[in-house]
Amino acid sequence: MTEGADSGPRLVWREAEVLAVVAETASARSITLRVPDWPGHAAGQHVDVRLTADDGYQAQRSYSIASPPEQADIVLTVERVEDGEVSSYLTEETRPGDRLELRGPIGGYFTWTGTLPGPLQLVGGGSGIVPLMAMLRHRANERTRPAARLLSSWRTRDAIIYRDELERLASDDPQLAVVHTLTRESPPGWSGPRGRIDADMLRAFAYAPEQQPRLYVCGPTPFVEAVADALVQLGHAPECIKTERFGPTGDR
Amino acid sequence: MATRGFRRKQPAAAAGRSPPGQYVTPDFPVLSAGPTPRVNLATWSFAIEDPDGRELYRCTWDELRALTASEVVVDIHCVTKWSKLDTRWKGVSFDTLLRAAGVEPPTDYAMAFCDGGYTTNLSVADLRTDNVLIAYEYDGAPLAAQHGGPVRLLVPHLYFWKSAKWVRGFRFMKTNQPGFWETHGYHLRGDPWKEQRYQGD
Ligand SMILES: Cc1cc2nc3c(=O)[nH]c(=O)nc-3n(C[C@H](O)[C@H](O)[C@H](O)COP(=O)(O)OP(=O)(O)OC[C@H]3O[C@@H](n4cnc5c(N)ncnc54)[C@H](O)[C@@H]3O)c2cc1C
Repeated sequence: MTEGADSGPRLVWREAEVLAVVAETASARSITLRVPDWPGHAAGQHVDVRLTADDGYQAQRSYSIASPPEQADIVLTVERVEDGEVSSYLTEETRPGDRLELRGPIGGYFTWTGTLPGPLQLVGGGSGIVPLMAMLRHRANERTRPAARLLSSWRTRDAIIYRDELERLASDDPQLAVVHTLTRESPPGWSGPRGRIDADMLRAFAYAPEQQPRLYVCGPTPFVEAVADALVQLGHAPECIKTERFGPTGDR
Repeated sequence: MATRGFRRKQPAAAAGRSPPGQYVTPDFPVLSAGPTPRVNLATWSFAIEDPDGRELYRCTWDELRALTASEVVVDIHCVTKWSKLDTRWKGVSFDTLLRAAGVEPPTDYAMAFCDGGYTTNLSVADLRTDNVLIAYEYDGAPLAAQHGGPVRLLVPHLYFWKSAKWVRGFRFMKTNQPGFWETHGYHLRGDPWKEQRYQGD
């Protein structure tokens, strides 16, 4: 997994073809891409996407890969951010047959492979679920797999990405538990937890430090800060907690 | 390659001030691999070591604060594409620290090491560049833990992962060895104006 800085291939820009665009929620789209000479990836890695306007203006953003390493065509899941330059384009404009420039895979640290022992604890906020989903999809393809739990936080029930697939994965697999918490609403019939993920919620739904889980936390920066702090406070070893911060801090 | 139907949405106001591929945000970018360490200032210290790990100098928090401080206002550039303009920092320059330590760099490279195990490699020339600080104040207030407090490096002419948070010292190196992100595929130097994001760039 670790490579010397002088080894490793140069990350070239590749022109990917959009094969499919699927609505996951009102504001999130999964985009399947065929990337020529894609070198393969590990679950948890991301790509950089580069858009170019007619006047030459370019915008680059990072997007996690949602699909497992076993799948040749890669899938990105993009959540539209209010007034977002790139996310609006990718969720509203992109359609099959389009071409998108990207390079990757990037990020050799926030990754999980089926050979890693120990239960797997995933904690995601909003679109932070994307690289965690790649890990769960990869895990589902493994013959022997460690137990896993996903705790994810959403504003509303309708905002939950991959809800049906996660339900299916969990119902097929007694070793997998999926819990969603809602922070902005309490819909009728909702039996899951409500409110933000804090130490109490982690105590109730996540592996305890004695179980020595591998922890992956991903989402907007303030979410990751709060969850990682709470995990340390509960007694998890900081070096077992891997984090990926998606967004700006909101802190100026 | 033009992307069908894509148009600029971000204001062009700051064009020219941010490096290629970056855009300006009022937010403060955060890139860390793990949880934010919480540091006890009473036992905190900062060390300079030779390539064999022998200690050349060590100072406490109070001793660091007693060194001549500099204030800079600089733009910072995170490899996750955010740039933030006109950020104000206070701290001690690398040369001031070396002078206080009575240390002449024995080699051309150094590894910064940090709480939480993070490391990043820098050349002594980059550390001696203007506006580089061992920083403990941001915008007139003590540096918040989330942003690397109590003390972080500030190396504004390189991508911000080089501005190691929670820094605890430098170890000089005989050769330029990769630090944490550099081992995980990021560029050995990280000049944003040359878009040195990843290895090979
Ligand atoms: C390693 C990495 C992986 C990522 N993976 C994914 C992914 O799988 N799916 C995904 O949807 N996004 C992901 N992101 C976030 C993505 O890169 C963009 O930041 C996001 O799509 C917004 O870009 P934009 O151009 O639409 O918005 P911009 O035009 O850049 O911003 C518009 C406004 O929205 C705010 N904003 C920007 N980003 C966010 C955010 N993430 N949350 C809330 N507010 C924001 C800005 O401060 C600004 O006010 C990832 C980020 C990183 C660093």
